[in-house]
Amino acid sequence: MISYLPYPVRIDDITVETEDGNLKSFKLVFENEQQKKAWRHVPGQFAMLSLAGQGEIPIGIASSPTEDGHLLFTVNRAGKVTTALHQMKTGERMGVRGPLGNGFPLATDMKGKNIVIIAGGFAVTTLRATLIYLLEHRADYGKITFIYGARTPGMLLYQNELKQWAARGDLDLHVTIDREAPGWDGLVGFVPTIAGQVAPSPENSVALICGPPIMIKFTMPPLEKIGWTDDQVYLSLENRMKCGEGVCCHCNVGPTLVCKDGPVFTRTQVRQLPVEY
Amino acid sequence: MKVFKISQAELDNMVALWSQSRKVYRPAVGRQQQAQPDYGPGWRKAEGASPLTVPIGPAAGSVKTFLFPQPETMMTYSLKTGDPDRGLMKEPAKLTESQVVVGLRPCDARSVLLNNLPFREDPFYQANLERTVFVGFTCDESLSTCFCEQMGGSPLDSDGLDIAFSRAENGYLAEILTPKGEELMAGLNLAPAANSDITALADRRKERPGKDTAILNTMQGKDLNKLYEAPLWQPLGDSCINCGACTFICPTCYCFDIQDEVVKGSGRRIRYWDSCMFPLYSLHTTGHNPRGRKLQRTRNRFMHKLKYFPERFGPFSCVGCGRCVQDCPVNIDIREVMADLLTVE
Repeated sequence: MISYLPYPVRIDDITVETEDGNLKSFKLVFENEQQKKAWRHVPGQFAMLSLAGQGEIPIGIASSPTEDGHLLFTVNRAGKVTTALHQMKTGERMGVRGPLGNGFPLATDMKGKNIVIIAGGFAVTTLRATLIYLLEHRADYGKITFIYGARTPGMLLYQNELKQWAARGDLDLHVTIDREAPGWDGLVGFVPTIAGQVAPSPENSVALICGPPIMIKFTMPPLEKIGWTDDQVYLSLENRMKCGEGVCCHCNVGPTLVCKDGPVFTRTQVRQLPVEY
Repeated sequence: MKVFKISQAELDNMVALWSQSRKVYRPAVGRQQQAQPDYGPGWRKAEGASPLTVPIGPAAGSVKTFLFPQPETMMTYSLKTGDPDRGLMKEPAKLTESQVVVGLRPCDARSVLLNNLPFREDPFYQANLERTVFVGFTCDESLSTCFCEQMGGSPLDSDGLDIAFSRAENGYLAEILTPKGEELMAGLNLAPAANSDITALADRRKERPGKDTAILNTMQGKDLNKLYEAPLWQPLGDSCINCGACTFICPTCYCFDIQDEVVKGSGRRIRYWDSCMFPLYSLHTTGHNPRGRKLQRTRNRFMHKLKYFPERFGPFSCVGCGRCVQDCPVNIDIREVMADLLTVE
């Protein structure tokens, strides 16, 4: 039976991620030890963040299941609940309901393959979870390529981790910003351009692409040119949701429910759907 | 299965007796009843010994109001300063009080089963289902808007009912179909039906077998994307005013919105019937709306009933009660939409 009741959690830490202050990461710890132990998620899944008196919002889980004992959510301030959440302080109580959705098939279909992660803007959140998971299980995968772009250096999320990942020798990291900026000596250019330059080989590979629709649209042609096919490419859809459990109908794209059948789909699957996302 | 022969007077006495110990609801006849705290319009509480008349065709309000009431409290919480449980969500007490719905038609009875497909794991729907006894009446007469047979139902069908009343000479035959029905009838001194009456009913059912899946099979054979792209949506979307009336009176429209409501520091999270006819339904916070155009929303409702739901669960999400045909302010008729869809190649 479905339980719509969120687990009580406390805000353990808040990080302002971006220079515009619009993105904050919330580290949440369970109030109840049993619920903490029972929680299992896979990267790519999401959860409902619940604020009493405000409502619930579906947010991708930014922490990897290998980061024990807490959950991380990076939230863009945009609407009623996210605005209220941004005003909350460390130590305060909120709720988490989930994990929901399918997640990336990292432990099944993707095992043993080369993984190419392409992220734009704050859609990087569940891909952070993915990368941390992959690095924890490094031996199970081939080459790992991580391409991540933001508008400016100050809009890059998880900057400390980016530095740590850059220092590792076992992944191919490409971080880019849209335009030249003072003090930035890394890559400059849009994600599709960088993806074209990096040109990851499609052989025995899968790509996980999350970002604004326009970025995904322009990232595909350079990949297709070098032989990538739709069933190698995994995307994550977003739609307005209420229940998150496949009941309330809100997130439907044709007969498909993003909350239950997704949010992760191969590009082959997405192309078979009506464009209602 | 037990079958009793029951006169109108016995029926009225039965309803009066039930209403002494349980909440009993019956279709409102004549002037529309206002929505009450525990049920929607189209129904009223059965009290005293007023004779039960069941209007031809379905009750004005669908039976979903008893299983999927609005608002429905999903959880409660306190926001009072200093309360150690401040912000802690609590489950409401599970509803167990027995209720009897008398006078629903086979179309509404079938809607209970259809909605149970998406709600199979929903704790609130299941709790309401458990505590509700359905005493239905098969149909001798139909309205011009009735089309249950096209949707796989039958006017003489008893699926979804606990007790089914059917017309017989000088009264009714009451078929007791479930343990819940038996419990409701326990202790009543009733005459078993004569074999001739039982045979007569069986013969009538043979004449109108219903449960025809020909249309469903044809629709399932159609390509979803071709139906989606069909030109018929353009004129339909133009005339539909997205008022949402069809979705609220529909027994098988089941989507809901979840909202928080706080009064003087006491909060509850509730769910309400929503409608895919409304732009807010699918609007993203960014302003992007996957179904921002009227045509898209109109199409979504019909596609959901006639294609998406069958893809997911098998049957149509429509029982042919005809309420939407009766009440649409711009005379959209789902039967015509369906006929048009069946011509799409």
